[in-house]
Amino acid sequence: MDAPGTAQGASHGTVSGTGSGTRDLAGPDRPLLDRVQGSDGATHATRPKPARVVATRASLRQRLMELWGSRELIVFLVRKEIKVKYKNSVLGLLWSMLNPAFTLFVYYVVFGIVLKNGIPQFAIYLMAGLLPWNLFQTAMMSGTGAVVDNGSIVKKVAFPREVLALASVGTAFMFFVFQTTVMVLFMAGFMHPPSWGELWILIPSLAALLLFCGALTVFLSAVNVYLRDTRHLIEVLLIAWFWAVPAVYPFKTLYAKLVDHHLLWVYFANPMTVIVLTFQRILYNAHMAHVTTAATAPTVVLLIFSAKWYLVANLVVIALSVALLLVALVIFGRLEGNFAEEL
Amino acid sequence: MPGMNAVEVQDISKRFRLYHEKHSSLKERFVHPRRMTYEDLWALRDVSFEIPEGQTMGIIGRNGSGKSTLLKCVTGILQVTSGKVLVRGKLAALLELGAGFQPELSGRDNVFLNASLLGLSTREVEKRFDDIVAFSELEQFIDNQVKYYSSGMYVRLGFSVAVNVEPDILVVDEVLAVGDEKFQRKCLDKIKSFQKEGRTIMFVTHAADLVRQICESAVVLQEGQVIGSGPPGEAIRLFREHLLEGGDEAGGGEPAEQILVDDASRMRTSTGEAASSTRPIVITGTEIQHPGIGRRQYLMPREPLRLWIAFDAIMSVPDVVFSIEIHDQLGNMVFGTDTEILDVPYDAPPGGGVVDFAFPSVPLLDGTYAINVGIRNRGGGTVYDWREQECRFEVMNPGRSVGSVALDVEVGVRSLSAS
Repeated sequence: MDAPGTAQGASHGTVSGTGSGTRDLAGPDRPLLDRVQGSDGATHATRPKPARVVATRASLRQRLMELWGSRELIVFLVRKEIKVKYKNSVLGLLWSMLNPAFTLFVYYVVFGIVLKNGIPQFAIYLMAGLLPWNLFQTAMMSGTGAVVDNGSIVKKVAFPREVLALASVGTAFMFFVFQTTVMVLFMAGFMHPPSWGELWILIPSLAALLLFCGALTVFLSAVNVYLRDTRHLIEVLLIAWFWAVPAVYPFKTLYAKLVDHHLLWVYFANPMTVIVLTFQRILYNAHMAHVTTAATAPTVVLLIFSAKWYLVANLVVIALSVALLLVALVIFGRLEGNFAEEL
Repeated sequence: MPGMNAVEVQDISKRFRLYHEKHSSLKERFVHPRRMTYEDLWALRDVSFEIPEGQTMGIIGRNGSGKSTLLKCVTGILQVTSGKVLVRGKLAALLELGAGFQPELSGRDNVFLNASLLGLSTREVEKRFDDIVAFSELEQFIDNQVKYYSSGMYVRLGFSVAVNVEPDILVVDEVLAVGDEKFQRKCLDKIKSFQKEGRTIMFVTHAADLVRQICESAVVLQEGQVIGSGPPGEAIRLFREHLLEGGDEAGGGEPAEQILVDDASRMRTSTGEAASSTRPIVITGTEIQHPGIGRRQYLMPREPLRLWIAFDAIMSVPDVVFSIEIHDQLGNMVFGTDTEILDVPYDAPPGGGVVDFAFPSVPLLDGTYAINVGIRNRGGGTVYDWREQECRFEVMNPGRSVGSVALDVEVGVRSLSAS
């Protein structure tokens, strides 16, 4: 218990004013201050810690390092998304597989049996293209709204916010994995082997896809904070984009016309085209394309490019996506400062 | 450790743009391209201070003084408009406990998610998971969905996660006001053990008592500016002073005190003008004297205090009783007496006079106290005059005891031998 030191306090009691209006108060109980610090304070803070500047724009290198440090957070956020999505359903995770399985089945019945459209094994053809497209679409839809939807966290906790957009891509990737599982089962069921020799090209192609999604979602999630229309605009754009990609129709039917009008480069300027073609080439397997079913004339569904062509095309997409991602991160950093105010 | 600052805030300012009508959709931006009228609101203006490593600094200020904005700038949630914030070491902020909890997920999942949001790796969380759960006392509920938690449980889990992040710098925002008393005590204990371990704490509150209890220094914020910094006692005094000064403005301020101050000024004008002529005896003025007058404007605990009440009688008034009441800031009466209780009968002749209440010692701790004075007749049937909060005095406690009364105490500790 301290005695209220009258004499001591009175001598320090006056407040001295400085020019800026800030007053520095000399303390009557200075000796007391040192007590806590001095006693056994040295147990914790022994190693020197580097000074870190908060509140200025971090350089791209810092951003990338922070992002790398938050990789586990991305995993947790993805896990959270998936858990929350299927939390109160009886079948839970199974739904993520039942859904594409059912889609495949319906397409098989409609286009393979009822409305024969001349493309053999149409269900598998379609699914081969839909696998990467669904990843892209899911990532774009949830990624664009990622920062806005997580406004409550953004306003209260400091962490690299790009993580939110990237977690959307991660979640979309998990659904991609589930769908791929279904696809593998179907391919086994229909005795439809992929192109084993070129299977490895799926890896750079998938990398290209993830990087491309990451770049776009990081950029769009930041823009969407300021212009909330972005999300709706993206929904509409995705519809058009879907038909710009040869997922439902065979690329072959368009090829001649594109060459005639010298527009082939426009078509291939779309990274999704390259990725979808790669998936079709490997999973649908071009060599099967000549097989005809029933009464229809033989159709060549796929253009046969060399494996090297697919590899190079995908590497170009990777390079482009990496560049886009870096630009997106810089823009995100610029826009990030006012997130907490705008939300 | 010596000489190093854990937090350095250098001249930071933060401007908010308040748009009169927010056009954040494309169409609106096209339709009204130029009609983006806004007001600039400076939530912080040239704020500078530093917290040496291992110290606990309090930030006090009224609601709307920029405390929370400051915290958000230090933690990096908001970006400052100008200036710089330097931080040494890992920083964890308790801005809102359990921010980012997912109601659908179990307590266990939320601990992992929240901890990783605060920057902890999975391995670190796994290592501390038992500690976190034990501290929150939610062992039996940890696998239940968080949406079934009570608000107290929610906060407990949030606090447990945040303090187990083992930050070098802990930023605490008013969060200790939640939870039950037992948990509050636990939180305080945790904060004290943080201090012992030499961690740095930045503590934001408007509870002056807590600042005195925990902090080694404090910064007073008002309207986004630092109006003073120093040891907690001094800072609290400054804070109280400005609280009273700013009391007449509308808006802001802690509600209880605000009302009190408003009432006081209204009362003074209304009684002052209307009362004088019709009553036989009126109060014409009061004066307070204590050793601090002229130098520091406040009392130390147990210092003497004298109160004079000047009155004026227009006729002779028999059996006059003078009464005083001392109220604290919340309006609770601390002390009340009158000349009837003190057995000093008085018949007022026509003309003026003075009553003198002398307190040899005022055993009060911190606070601003208002004095009501009145004149009535014996028995209380007639109130001649009554002035609410006619004058006030302030007590500033330089010591570290808390509470409202300066009790004398002697303490002795001894060990009992085992036999």
